[in-house]
Amino acid sequence: MSPILELNTLDFISHSEAQTLRLGARLGKLLQSGDVLALIGELGTGKTRWVQGVCLGLEVSHRVISPTFTLVNEYRASCPIYHIDLYRLENIAEGMSFGLDEYLYGSGIVLMEWADRALDILPDGYLAIELYHLGDTRRRVVLRPYGTRFQRLINEFKKSTFAK
Amino acid sequence: MCKILAIESSCDETAAAVVIDGVIVKSNVIASQLEIHRRYGGVFPEVASRQHILAISTVIQDALIEARTGWNELDAIAVTYGPGLVGSLLVGVNAAKGIALALDIPLIGINHLEGHLYSNWLKTDKNDPPPVKFPVLTLIVSGGHTELVLVHQHGEYEILGRTIDDAAGEAFDKVARMLEIGFPGGPAVQEAAKTGNPQAYDFPRAWLGNSFDFSFSGLKTAVLRTVQKYTKSNILQHPSMMAMGHQPQAPAKPRLVIPVADIAASFQMAVVDVLVSKAKAAADKYNVSEILLAGGVSANALLRNKMMAACGRPVRAPSLILCTDNAAMIGAAAYWHYKAGHFASWDLDVVTNLELESK
Repeated sequence: MSPILELNTLDFISHSEAQTLRLGARLGKLLQSGDVLALIGELGTGKTRWVQGVCLGLEVSHRVISPTFTLVNEYRASCPIYHIDLYRLENIAEGMSFGLDEYLYGSGIVLMEWADRALDILPDGYLAIELYHLGDTRRRVVLRPYGTRFQRLINEFKKSTFAK
Repeated sequence: MCKILAIESSCDETAAAVVIDGVIVKSNVIASQLEIHRRYGGVFPEVASRQHILAISTVIQDALIEARTGWNELDAIAVTYGPGLVGSLLVGVNAAKGIALALDIPLIGINHLEGHLYSNWLKTDKNDPPPVKFPVLTLIVSGGHTELVLVHQHGEYEILGRTIDDAAGEAFDKVARMLEIGFPGGPAVQEAAKTGNPQAYDFPRAWLGNSFDFSFSGLKTAVLRTVQKYTKSNILQHPSMMAMGHQPQAPAKPRLVIPVADIAASFQMAVVDVLVSKAKAAADKYNVSEILLAGGVSANALLRNKMMAACGRPVRAPSLILCTDNAAMIGAAAYWHYKAGHFASWDLDVVTNLELESK
Protein backbone atom coordinates (compact mmCIF):
# COMPACT_ATOMS: atom_id res chain seq x y z
CA MET A 1 0.00 0.00 0.00
CA SER A 2 1.30 3.39 -0.89
CA PRO A 3 0.75 6.34 1.44
CA ILE A 4 -0.95 8.17 -1.40
CA LEU A 5 -3.84 5.71 -1.30
CA GLU A 6 -4.44 6.17 2.37
CA LEU A 7 -7.57 8.04 3.29
CA ASN A 8 -6.81 11.66 4.17
CA THR A 9 -3.09 11.33 3.81
CA LEU A 10 -1.62 13.98 1.60
CA ASP A 11 1.50 13.17 -0.36
CA PHE A 12 3.14 15.79 -2.57
CA ILE A 13 6.40 17.38 -3.58
CA SER A 14 7.70 20.76 -2.57
CA HIS A 15 10.08 22.08 -5.21
CA SER A 16 11.71 24.88 -3.27
CA GLU A 17 12.16 26.49 0.12
CA ALA A 18 9.89 29.30 -1.01
CA GLN A 19 7.14 26.81 -1.80
CA THR A 20 7.65 25.13 1.56
CA LEU A 21 7.23 28.49 3.29
CA ARG A 22 4.00 29.20 1.37
CA LEU A 23 2.55 25.76 2.09
CA GLY A 24 3.54 26.08 5.74
CA ALA A 25 1.84 29.46 5.98
CA ARG A 26 -1.40 27.99 4.55
CA LEU A 27 -1.25 25.23 7.13
CA GLY A 28 -0.45 27.66 9.93
CA LYS A 29 -3.61 29.65 9.24
CA LEU A 30 -5.70 26.56 10.03
CA LEU A 31 -4.13 25.83 13.42
CA GLN A 32 -5.66 26.54 16.80
CA SER A 33 -4.49 26.28 20.39
CA GLY A 34 -3.81 22.73 21.54
CA ASP A 35 -2.73 21.53 18.07
CA VAL A 36 0.38 19.42 17.69
CA LEU A 37 2.48 19.15 14.51
CA ALA A 38 5.07 16.39 14.48
CA LEU A 39 7.87 17.02 11.99
CA ILE A 40 9.75 13.92 10.96
CA GLY A 41 12.68 13.78 8.60
CA GLU A 42 16.42 13.54 8.63
CA LEU A 43 18.82 16.49 8.92
CA GLY A 44 18.45 18.96 6.12
CA THR A 45 15.02 17.93 4.86
CA GLY A 46 13.46 21.26 5.80
CA LYS A 47 11.83 20.80 9.19
CA THR A 48 12.78 24.24 10.43
CA ARG A 49 11.64 25.76 7.08
CA TRP A 50 8.22 24.18 7.59
CA VAL A 51 8.02 25.62 11.08
CA GLN A 52 9.03 29.03 9.71
CA GLY A 53 6.21 28.77 7.17
CA VAL A 54 3.65 27.69 9.75
CA CYS A 55 4.70 30.58 11.97
CA LEU A 56 4.21 32.98 9.04
CA GLY A 57 0.64 31.73 8.84
CA LEU A 58 0.24 32.12 12.60
CA GLU A 59 1.53 35.68 12.30
CA VAL A 60 4.43 35.19 14.68
CA SER A 61 6.45 38.39 14.65
CA HIS A 62 9.46 36.95 16.48
CA ARG A 63 12.34 35.49 14.48
CA VAL A 64 11.87 31.73 14.09
CA ILE A 65 15.18 29.86 14.23
CA SER A 66 16.40 26.39 15.06
CA PRO A 67 15.80 25.48 18.72
CA THR A 68 18.40 22.71 18.71
CA PHE A 69 20.51 24.53 21.24
CA THR A 70 17.74 25.45 23.66
CA LEU A 71 15.35 22.53 22.90
CA VAL A 72 12.35 24.87 23.07
CA ASN A 73 11.75 28.29 21.51
CA GLU A 74 8.60 30.02 22.63
CA TYR A 75 6.86 32.51 20.36
CA ARG A 76 3.85 34.70 20.99
CA ALA A 77 0.90 34.80 18.63
CA SER A 78 -2.82 34.50 19.39
CA CYS A 79 -1.72 31.70 21.72
CA PRO A 80 1.72 30.53 22.87
CA ILE A 81 3.66 28.60 20.24
CA TYR A 82 6.24 26.07 21.35
CA HIS A 83 8.88 25.25 18.76
CA ILE A 84 10.55 22.13 20.10
CA ASP A 85 13.53 20.21 18.75
CA LEU A 86 14.25 16.69 19.98
CA TYR A 87 17.40 16.28 17.89
CA ARG A 88 19.57 15.82 20.96
CA LEU A 89 17.12 13.61 22.80
CA GLU A 90 18.26 10.07 23.45
CA ASN A 91 15.07 8.73 24.97
CA ILE A 92 11.62 9.69 26.14
CA ALA A 93 12.62 9.81 29.80
CA GLU A 94 14.91 12.72 29.00
CA GLY A 95 12.07 14.47 27.25
CA MET A 96 9.77 13.96 30.19
CA SER A 97 12.38 15.43 32.51
CA PHE A 98 12.20 18.76 30.70
CA GLY A 99 8.43 18.77 30.75
CA LEU A 100 7.74 17.66 27.19
CA ASP A 101 4.34 16.30 28.21
CA GLU A 102 3.36 19.66 29.67
CA TYR A 103 3.89 21.30 26.28
CA LEU A 104 2.09 18.50 24.42
CA TYR A 105 -0.98 18.55 26.64
CA GLY A 106 -1.03 22.29 27.33
CA SER A 107 -2.98 25.05 25.61
CA GLY A 108 -0.33 26.25 23.18
CA ILE A 109 0.45 25.11 19.66
CA VAL A 110 3.32 22.62 19.55
CA LEU A 111 5.58 22.43 16.49
CA MET A 112 7.95 19.57 17.18
CA GLU A 113 11.02 18.70 15.12
CA TRP A 114 12.42 15.15 15.32
CA ALA A 115 9.07 14.05 16.77
CA ASP A 116 9.82 10.44 15.79
CA ARG A 117 11.90 10.36 18.97
CA ALA A 118 8.79 10.84 21.08
CA LEU A 119 6.01 9.04 19.14
CA ASP A 120 4.98 7.15 22.28
CA ILE A 121 3.99 10.23 24.21
CA LEU A 122 2.26 12.20 21.45
CA PRO A 123 -1.43 12.83 22.08
CA ASP A 124 -4.02 10.79 20.11
CA GLY A 125 -4.63 13.67 17.77
CA TYR A 126 -1.74 15.24 15.86
CA LEU A 127 -0.54 15.92 12.35
CA ALA A 128 2.64 14.23 11.21
CA ILE A 129 4.67 16.03 8.55
CA GLU A 130 7.13 13.57 7.07
CA LEU A 131 9.89 14.98 4.90
CA TYR A 132 12.10 13.11 2.46
CA HIS A 133 15.05 14.43 0.51
CA LEU A 134 14.56 14.02 -3.28
CA GLY A 135 16.98 16.51 -4.78
CA ASP A 136 18.75 19.77 -4.17
CA THR A 137 15.68 21.71 -3.07
CA ARG A 138 13.00 19.09 -3.79
CA ARG A 139 11.37 17.35 -0.87
CA ARG A 140 8.64 14.74 -0.72
CA VAL A 141 6.10 15.79 1.89
CA VAL A 142 3.65 13.40 3.52
CA LEU A 143 0.99 14.93 5.76
CA ARG A 144 -0.46 12.16 7.90
CA PRO A 145 -3.34 13.11 10.21
CA TYR A 146 -4.11 11.27 13.44
CA GLY A 147 -7.53 11.82 15.01
CA THR A 148 -10.64 13.43 13.53
CA ARG A 149 -9.59 17.04 14.17
CA PHE A 150 -6.56 16.62 11.95
CA GLN A 151 -8.40 14.63 9.28
CA ARG A 152 -10.75 17.58 8.93
CA LEU A 153 -7.81 19.96 8.96
CA ILE A 154 -6.11 18.07 6.15
CA ASN A 155 -9.26 18.23 4.04
CA GLU A 156 -9.44 21.97 4.59
CA PHE A 157 -5.76 22.30 3.76
CA LYS A 158 -6.28 20.29 0.57
CA LYS A 159 -9.11 22.57 -0.50
CA SER A 160 -7.30 25.79 0.32
CA THR A 161 -4.07 24.70 -1.30
CA PHE A 162 -4.71 22.37 -4.20
CA ALA A 163 -8.27 23.12 -5.33
CA LYS A 164 -8.68 25.49 -8.22
CA MET B 1 36.42 52.49 42.25
CA CYS B 2 33.41 50.33 41.48
CA LYS B 3 33.37 46.67 42.52
CA ILE B 4 30.70 44.55 40.91
CA LEU B 5 29.87 40.94 41.70
CA ALA B 6 28.56 39.40 38.47
CA ILE B 7 26.63 36.16 38.08
CA GLU B 8 26.05 34.20 34.87
CA SER B 9 23.97 31.03 34.57
CA SER B 10 22.17 31.35 31.25
CA CYS B 11 23.23 28.01 29.85
CA ASP B 12 25.53 25.30 31.17
CA GLU B 13 28.20 27.24 33.04
CA THR B 14 27.63 28.45 36.59
CA ALA B 15 29.86 31.48 36.87
CA ALA B 16 30.61 34.36 39.21
CA ALA B 17 33.21 37.10 39.01
CA VAL B 18 34.34 40.26 40.75
CA VAL B 19 35.17 43.03 38.27
CA ILE B 20 36.53 46.48 39.05
CA ASP B 21 35.53 49.46 36.90
CA GLY B 22 34.43 47.18 34.08
CA VAL B 23 38.00 46.28 33.09
CA ILE B 24 39.93 44.55 35.89
CA VAL B 25 39.03 40.94 36.58
CA LYS B 26 39.66 40.24 40.27
CA SER B 27 38.20 36.75 40.02
CA ASN B 28 36.44 34.71 37.37
CA VAL B 29 35.09 31.41 38.65
CA ILE B 30 33.40 28.98 36.26
CA ALA B 31 31.87 25.64 37.19
CA SER B 32 31.47 23.90 33.87
CA GLN B 33 28.90 21.20 33.30
CA LEU B 34 30.65 20.13 30.13
CA GLU B 35 31.35 16.57 31.26
CA ILE B 36 27.75 16.10 32.32
CA HIS B 37 26.36 17.34 29.00
CA ARG B 38 28.88 15.65 26.75
CA ARG B 39 26.81 12.49 26.62
CA TYR B 40 23.81 14.43 25.33
CA GLY B 41 25.79 16.05 22.55
CA GLY B 42 24.56 19.38 23.85
CA VAL B 43 23.17 21.15 26.84
CA PHE B 44 20.25 19.53 28.54
CA PRO B 45 18.00 22.11 30.22
CA GLU B 46 16.61 20.29 33.25
CA VAL B 47 20.01 18.82 34.08
CA ALA B 48 21.62 22.25 33.67
CA SER B 49 19.14 23.88 36.02
CA ARG B 50 19.73 21.33 38.77
CA GLN B 51 23.50 21.65 38.43
CA HIS B 52 23.27 25.44 38.72
CA ILE B 53 21.38 25.10 42.00
CA LEU B 54 24.05 22.77 43.37
CA ALA B 55 26.94 24.95 42.27
CA ILE B 56 25.88 28.56 42.61
CA SER B 57 26.54 29.29 46.31
CA THR B 58 30.02 27.79 46.19
CA VAL B 59 30.86 29.53 42.93
CA ILE B 60 29.85 32.94 44.32
CA GLN B 61 31.77 32.40 47.55
CA ASP B 62 34.84 31.27 45.62
CA ALA B 63 34.65 34.37 43.45
CA LEU B 64 34.66 36.62 46.52
CA ILE B 65 37.46 34.71 48.24
CA GLU B 66 39.63 34.70 45.15
CA ALA B 67 39.07 38.43 44.74
CA ARG B 68 39.78 38.97 48.47
CA THR B 69 36.57 40.90 48.59
CA GLY B 70 34.08 41.08 51.43
CA TRP B 71 30.33 41.34 50.91
CA ASN B 72 30.35 44.89 52.26
CA GLU B 73 32.87 46.06 49.65
CA LEU B 74 30.51 45.37 46.75
CA ASP B 75 28.89 48.29 44.94
CA ALA B 76 26.39 46.35 42.84
CA ILE B 77 25.25 42.87 41.80
CA ALA B 78 24.96 42.12 38.09
CA VAL B 79 23.24 39.11 36.60
CA THR B 80 22.36 37.69 33.19
CA TYR B 81 18.56 37.72 32.75
CA GLY B 82 18.44 36.47 29.14
CA PRO B 83 18.62 35.06 26.57
CA GLY B 84 19.07 31.49 27.72
CA LEU B 85 17.35 28.54 29.28
CA VAL B 86 14.57 29.53 31.65
CA GLY B 87 15.48 27.16 34.48
CA SER B 88 19.12 28.12 34.28
CA LEU B 89 18.54 31.87 34.17
CA LEU B 90 16.20 31.72 37.16
CA VAL B 91 18.89 30.28 39.42
CA GLY B 92 21.26 33.18 38.77
CA VAL B 93 18.62 35.91 38.87
CA ASN B 94 17.18 34.71 42.16
CA ALA B 95 20.60 34.41 43.77
CA ALA B 96 21.46 37.92 42.59
CA LYS B 97 18.22 39.37 43.89
CA GLY B 98 18.74 37.75 47.28
CA ILE B 99 22.24 39.15 47.61
CA ALA B 100 21.34 42.63 46.39
CA LEU B 101 18.37 42.78 48.74
CA ALA B 102 20.39 41.57 51.73
CA LEU B 103 23.25 44.02 51.05
CA ASP B 104 20.92 46.83 49.99
CA ILE B 105 22.92 47.57 46.84
CA PRO B 106 21.75 48.01 43.23
CA LEU B 107 20.80 45.05 41.05
CA ILE B 108 21.77 45.26 37.36
CA GLY B 109 20.18 42.97 34.76
CA ILE B 110 22.48 42.20 31.84
CA ASN B 111 21.78 40.77 28.41
CA HIS B 112 24.02 37.77 27.84
CA LEU B 113 24.93 38.99 24.34
CA GLU B 114 25.90 42.38 25.70
CA GLY B 115 28.18 40.50 28.09
CA HIS B 116 29.92 38.70 25.22
CA LEU B 117 30.36 42.00 23.46
CA TYR B 118 31.99 43.54 26.55
CA SER B 119 34.35 40.60 27.06
CA ASN B 120 36.68 42.61 24.81
CA TRP B 121 36.87 45.45 27.35
CA LEU B 122 38.46 43.26 30.01
CA LYS B 123 42.18 43.52 30.64
CA THR B 124 44.14 40.32 30.32
CA ASP B 125 47.20 39.33 32.35
CA LYS B 126 49.57 39.85 29.48
CA ASN B 127 48.86 43.32 28.27
CA ASP B 128 46.78 46.41 28.65
CA PRO B 129 44.72 46.69 25.51
CA PRO B 130 44.19 50.22 24.19
CA PRO B 131 40.75 51.61 24.94
CA VAL B 132 38.04 50.71 22.43
CA LYS B 133 37.18 53.57 20.06
CA PHE B 134 33.61 53.76 18.76
CA PRO B 135 32.07 52.87 16.43
CA VAL B 136 33.11 49.24 16.50
CA LEU B 137 31.74 46.16 14.83
CA THR B 138 31.20 43.06 16.96
CA LEU B 139 30.71 39.55 15.65
CA ILE B 140 29.15 37.38 18.35
CA VAL B 141 29.37 33.71 17.40
CA SER B 142 28.43 30.91 19.76
CA GLY B 143 26.34 27.76 20.05
CA GLY B 144 23.15 29.73 20.28
CA HIS B 145 23.98 32.99 18.49
CA THR B 146 25.43 34.50 15.35
CA GLU B 147 25.04 38.28 15.42
CA LEU B 148 26.79 41.13 13.69
CA VAL B 149 26.38 44.20 15.90
CA LEU B 150 27.39 47.79 15.25
CA VAL B 151 28.19 49.50 18.55
CA HIS B 152 27.86 53.28 18.29
CA GLN B 153 28.43 54.04 21.97
CA HIS B 154 28.21 52.21 25.28
CA GLY B 155 24.74 50.70 25.36
CA GLU B 156 23.94 51.84 21.81
CA TYR B 157 23.62 48.83 19.55
CA GLU B 158 22.47 48.27 16.01
CA ILE B 159 22.00 44.67 14.91
CA LEU B 160 23.17 44.53 11.31
CA GLY B 161 22.60 40.85 10.76
CA ARG B 162 22.10 37.50 12.42
CA THR B 163 21.31 33.93 11.61
CA ILE B 164 18.03 33.12 9.96
CA ASP B 165 18.22 29.43 10.89
CA ASP B 166 21.13 27.69 12.66
CA ALA B 167 23.77 29.44 14.75
CA ALA B 168 27.38 28.98 13.63
CA GLY B 169 28.25 27.04 16.79
CA GLU B 170 25.25 24.82 16.28
CA ALA B 171 26.50 23.96 12.78
CA PHE B 172 29.87 23.03 14.32
CA ASP B 173 28.11 20.80 16.87
CA LYS B 174 25.97 19.08 14.24
CA VAL B 175 28.84 18.49 11.85
CA ALA B 176 30.97 17.11 14.71
CA ARG B 177 28.15 14.72 15.45
CA MET B 178 27.90 13.62 11.79
CA LEU B 179 31.64 13.01 11.74
CA GLU B 180 31.46 11.35 15.16
CA ILE B 181 34.29 13.42 16.57
CA GLY B 182 32.66 14.60 19.81
CA PHE B 183 31.11 17.53 21.66
CA PRO B 184 31.50 20.49 21.82
CA GLY B 185 31.84 20.71 18.07
CA GLY B 186 34.01 23.83 17.80
CA PRO B 187 37.26 22.44 19.25
CA ALA B 188 36.54 18.97 17.82
CA VAL B 189 36.18 20.25 14.23
CA GLN B 190 39.17 22.55 14.57
CA GLU B 191 41.31 19.64 15.77
CA ALA B 192 40.08 17.28 13.04
CA ALA B 193 40.59 19.96 10.38
CA LYS B 194 44.30 20.36 11.18
CA THR B 195 45.37 17.59 8.83
CA GLY B 196 42.62 18.19 6.28
CA ASN B 197 42.50 19.98 2.96
CA PRO B 198 40.11 22.96 3.18
CA GLN B 199 39.66 22.88 -0.60
CA ALA B 200 38.75 19.18 -0.74
CA TYR B 201 35.03 19.92 -0.82
CA ASP B 202 33.37 23.01 -2.23
CA PHE B 203 30.65 23.41 0.37
CA PRO B 204 28.04 26.13 -0.25
CA ARG B 205 28.35 29.60 1.26
CA ALA B 206 25.03 31.33 1.89
CA TRP B 207 25.61 34.96 0.95
CA LEU B 208 21.92 35.99 1.11
CA GLY B 209 22.42 38.84 -1.34
CA ASN B 210 23.86 41.95 0.23
CA SER B 211 22.28 41.24 3.58
CA PHE B 212 24.39 40.88 6.70
CA ASP B 213 22.25 37.94 7.82
CA PHE B 214 23.67 34.44 8.05
CA SER B 215 22.37 30.99 7.18
CA PHE B 216 24.18 27.79 8.05
CA SER B 217 21.38 25.31 7.48
CA GLY B 218 22.22 24.66 3.81
CA LEU B 219 25.88 24.14 4.62
CA LYS B 220 24.92 21.65 7.32
CA THR B 221 22.80 19.73 4.80
CA ALA B 222 25.57 19.74 2.21
CA VAL B 223 28.00 18.28 4.73
CA LEU B 224 25.47 15.63 5.63
CA ARG B 225 25.00 14.63 1.96
CA THR B 226 28.74 14.33 1.62
CA VAL B 227 29.07 12.19 4.73
CA GLN B 228 26.22 10.01 3.51
CA LYS B 229 28.02 9.30 0.25
CA TYR B 230 30.42 7.36 2.39
CA THR B 231 28.02 5.78 4.83
CA LYS B 232 24.80 4.74 3.15
CA SER B 233 22.15 5.42 0.56
CA ASN B 234 20.47 8.74 1.18
CA ILE B 235 16.97 7.30 1.26
CA LEU B 236 16.04 7.16 4.89
CA GLN B 237 13.28 4.92 6.06
CA HIS B 238 10.72 6.31 8.42
CA PRO B 239 9.26 3.89 11.02
CA SER B 240 5.67 4.50 9.92
CA MET B 241 6.54 3.65 6.33
CA MET B 242 8.36 0.54 7.42
CA ALA B 243 5.33 -0.49 9.45
CA MET B 244 3.21 -0.17 6.34
CA GLY B 245 5.27 -2.71 4.51
CA HIS B 246 7.63 -0.41 2.67
CA GLN B 247 10.87 -2.07 1.85
CA PRO B 248 14.06 -0.06 1.83
CA GLN B 249 14.20 1.45 -1.65
CA ALA B 250 17.89 0.93 -2.07
CA PRO B 251 20.18 -1.61 -0.47
CA ALA B 252 22.59 -0.13 2.04
CA LYS B 253 25.97 0.44 0.47
CA PRO B 254 28.99 -0.89 2.28
CA ARG B 255 30.31 1.71 4.70
CA LEU B 256 33.39 3.50 3.38
CA VAL B 257 35.95 5.39 5.41
CA ILE B 258 34.81 8.98 5.86
CA PRO B 259 37.54 11.52 5.04
CA VAL B 260 36.92 13.27 8.35
CA ALA B 261 39.85 15.70 8.20
CA ASP B 262 39.04 16.95 4.69
CA ILE B 263 35.34 17.37 5.44
CA ALA B 264 36.04 19.13 8.76
CA ALA B 265 38.58 21.46 7.11
CA SER B 266 36.31 22.28 4.15
CA PHE B 267 33.32 22.88 6.43
CA GLN B 268 35.32 25.09 8.76
CA MET B 269 36.60 27.09 5.80
CA ALA B 270 33.05 27.60 4.50
CA VAL B 271 31.84 28.94 7.86
CA VAL B 272 34.86 31.19 8.30
CA ASP B 273 34.61 32.51 4.71
CA VAL B 274 31.08 33.72 5.29
CA LEU B 275 31.74 35.16 8.76
CA VAL B 276 34.85 37.02 7.58
CA SER B 277 33.36 38.31 4.30
CA LYS B 278 30.25 39.67 5.96
CA ALA B 279 32.18 41.21 8.84
CA LYS B 280 34.57 42.85 6.39
CA ALA B 281 31.74 44.22 4.26
CA ALA B 282 30.00 45.62 7.34
CA ALA B 283 33.23 47.07 8.71
CA ASP B 284 33.87 48.83 5.40
CA LYS B 285 30.33 50.08 5.03
CA TYR B 286 30.19 51.63 8.50
CA ASN B 287 33.88 52.51 8.59
CA VAL B 288 34.39 51.16 12.09
CA SER B 289 37.63 51.70 13.98
CA GLU B 290 38.00 48.02 14.78
CA ILE B 291 36.34 44.62 14.79
CA LEU B 292 35.65 42.73 17.99
CA LEU B 293 35.08 38.99 18.07
CA ALA B 294 33.17 37.35 20.91
CA GLY B 295 31.46 34.11 21.88
CA GLY B 296 32.62 30.50 21.94
CA VAL B 297 33.25 30.22 18.19
CA SER B 298 35.56 33.25 18.35
CA ALA B 299 38.06 30.89 19.98
CA ASN B 300 38.47 29.33 16.52
CA ALA B 301 42.00 30.01 15.30
CA LEU B 302 41.14 30.05 11.60
CA LEU B 303 38.41 32.63 12.19
CA ARG B 304 40.80 34.87 14.14
CA ASN B 305 43.59 34.59 11.59
CA LYS B 306 41.41 35.09 8.51
CA MET B 307 39.63 38.02 10.11
CA MET B 308 42.91 39.74 10.92
CA ALA B 309 44.32 39.04 7.47
CA ALA B 310 41.25 40.11 5.52
CA CYS B 311 39.78 43.13 7.24
CA GLY B 312 42.56 45.69 7.09
CA ARG B 313 41.75 47.12 10.49
CA PRO B 314 42.43 46.06 14.07
CA VAL B 315 40.71 42.88 15.17
CA ARG B 316 40.30 42.17 18.85
CA ALA B 317 39.27 38.88 20.39
CA PRO B 318 39.02 37.97 24.07
CA SER B 319 41.40 35.52 25.72
CA LEU B 320 40.10 31.98 25.32
CA ILE B 321 38.66 31.77 28.84
CA LEU B 322 36.57 34.87 28.13
CA CYS B 323 35.22 33.56 24.79
CA THR B 324 32.98 30.95 26.33
CA ASP B 325 30.35 31.83 28.90
CA ASN B 326 31.73 33.55 31.99
CA ALA B 327 30.66 36.12 34.56
CA ALA B 328 33.54 38.57 34.15
CA MET B 329 32.04 39.75 30.86
CA ILE B 330 28.74 40.35 32.65
CA GLY B 331 30.60 42.48 35.18
CA ALA B 332 32.25 44.39 32.34
CA ALA B 333 28.94 45.22 30.70
CA ALA B 334 27.34 46.03 34.05
CA TYR B 335 29.85 48.76 34.83
CA TRP B 336 28.53 51.00 32.06
CA HIS B 337 24.98 50.47 33.21
CA TYR B 338 26.07 51.24 36.76
CA LYS B 339 27.55 54.56 35.61
CA ALA B 340 24.38 55.34 33.67
CA GLY B 341 22.18 54.42 36.63
CA HIS B 342 20.37 51.60 34.81
CA PHE B 343 19.25 49.54 37.78
CA ALA B 344 16.76 46.70 37.77
CA SER B 345 13.78 46.62 40.08
CA TRP B 346 12.98 43.68 42.34
CA ASP B 347 10.56 42.27 39.80
CA LEU B 348 13.38 41.63 37.29
CA ASP B 349 12.29 38.53 35.41
CA VAL B 350 14.16 36.22 33.08
CA VAL B 351 13.58 36.65 29.32
CA THR B 352 14.54 33.51 27.43
CA ASN B 353 14.53 35.09 23.97
CA LEU B 354 15.85 38.50 24.97
CA GLU B 355 17.14 40.52 22.03
CA LEU B 356 20.06 42.90 22.12
CA GLU B 357 18.59 46.38 22.43
CA SER B 358 19.87 49.86 23.07
CA LYS B 359 19.10 51.33 26.47
